[in-house]
Amino acid sequence: MKPAPFTYHAPASMGEALSTLAQLGDQGRVLAGGQSLLPLMNFRLAQPVHLVDIRRLDELDYIRSDDGWLAIGARVCQAAVERSSEVAAWCPLLVETVALVGHPPIRHQGTLCGSVAHADPAAELPAALLALGAEVLLSAEQGDRRLTIDEFIRGPYATACPTGGLLKEVRIPSQDASTGYAFVESSRRHGDFAIAGAAVLLRVEQSGIHHVAITLCGVAETPVRAANAEAVLQGAQGADGFPAAAQAAVEELAPPTDMHGSSDFRRNVARVCVQRALERALARAQGGAV
Amino acid sequence: MTERVAISVVVNGQKVERDVEPRRLLVDFLRDDLGLVGTHIGCEHGVCGTCTVLRNGESIRSCITLAVQVDGRELLTVEGLARDGKLHPIQEAFWEKQGLQCGYCTPGMLLRAKELLEENPNPTREQVREGIASQLCRCTGYQFIIDAIMEAAEQMHEQGPDLVAAAKLAASQEQGPDLVAAAKLAATQEES
Repeated sequence: MKPAPFTYHAPASMGEALSTLAQLGDQGRVLAGGQSLLPLMNFRLAQPVHLVDIRRLDELDYIRSDDGWLAIGARVCQAAVERSSEVAAWCPLLVETVALVGHPPIRHQGTLCGSVAHADPAAELPAALLALGAEVLLSAEQGDRRLTIDEFIRGPYATACPTGGLLKEVRIPSQDASTGYAFVESSRRHGDFAIAGAAVLLRVEQSGIHHVAITLCGVAETPVRAANAEAVLQGAQGADGFPAAAQAAVEELAPPTDMHGSSDFRRNVARVCVQRALERALARAQGGAV
Repeated sequence: MTERVAISVVVNGQKVERDVEPRRLLVDFLRDDLGLVGTHIGCEHGVCGTCTVLRNGESIRSCITLAVQVDGRELLTVEGLARDGKLHPIQEAFWEKQGLQCGYCTPGMLLRAKELLEENPNPTREQVREGIASQLCRCTGYQFIIDAIMEAAEQMHEQGPDLVAAAKLAASQEQGPDLVAAAKLAATQEES
């Protein structure tokens, strides 16, 4: 099938984009890479009346450090994040995660901010950004707002983006250089949506494992933070507590059942992803080869 | 009802200017507006890869790209691989190694292979496998496609077209001395 007719706008500046979006109200939809939106439009599951394309907004094409945060603009494609030395230095978890998103042809057009704005429950990037403590910057004619990832993503494909608003950038706080990290997912084929995936960050100090962040994708309506599991691991020495933590991470989940697996299957896959991610993150924190 | 948009694109080295509906998919623009039917439609949601074209040298899915999104860009489709009636070494290799059966996935495979070999002229089989994971094939089971890309890598890594021509010359000549001479010629080209 082909997309339903729509009116196309390609504003030349951020100001023009925001005033166009304000005028269009809930009839306007932002187009960045289109790698999530176009498939929906081809099946007519989405039929936006107006598309506002940000392709001419060079001012949104940046990866830059800004007051202790790394800011990645709305135009930055996933492939650029993947090969960015700044991202690799600032938050290598993001590089490991983005390499798992789709395939290179998708990443040449799909954007980091677009993935967050789309808020697919199985998407890897929102889960990794949640673990990193990232924020989004929402711009609208009436001004800018910053929200954390869990304030922004409200449900499946549902966000707190205001009418007339545009997700201008994702901001990642600085991470300690010794932080161990890992993203582990399971999918039927490379590039498929994850059945479940886990992001882990942790630090190893003399007193044990600290600053643990464990998040999951594909197991609920939004990315989830496994706070129980994180608490179990605080101050733990070594990997002995990992199986219990992985179990705690999934205990209260009620993952969906679909053609890729039952709820129980998903829960088990998530548990294994958490276990493996913890092991890999620990090895990295201890400076070992992974 | 919806206004047409003027776009200007360079396709296989030729500048093209058209007015298109905003909802016109790039793959339909190439096939129906430009008559370049080498790019195929498989799934229309970006999963199978048969619609793959190169935009400014990078592979993209033309079925989930609007024609308006490539205004001002350069595109290479499968029709742009052969030059002056001569097949690209990758096409030659697919032919030699039977890297296709029905041919439906082949345009996307060829362009993705071109991109892979430009990024990494000397890949391992494993790297080629990973690289073509973006492209689905229902016929071949992929092994011959990998063989073809490995062969293309070898051909392109050396003198490329010249060596292929020398090998063809050697294969076409049945007399002993000429065959030896042709093989020696090929060998010296390899070393240089």
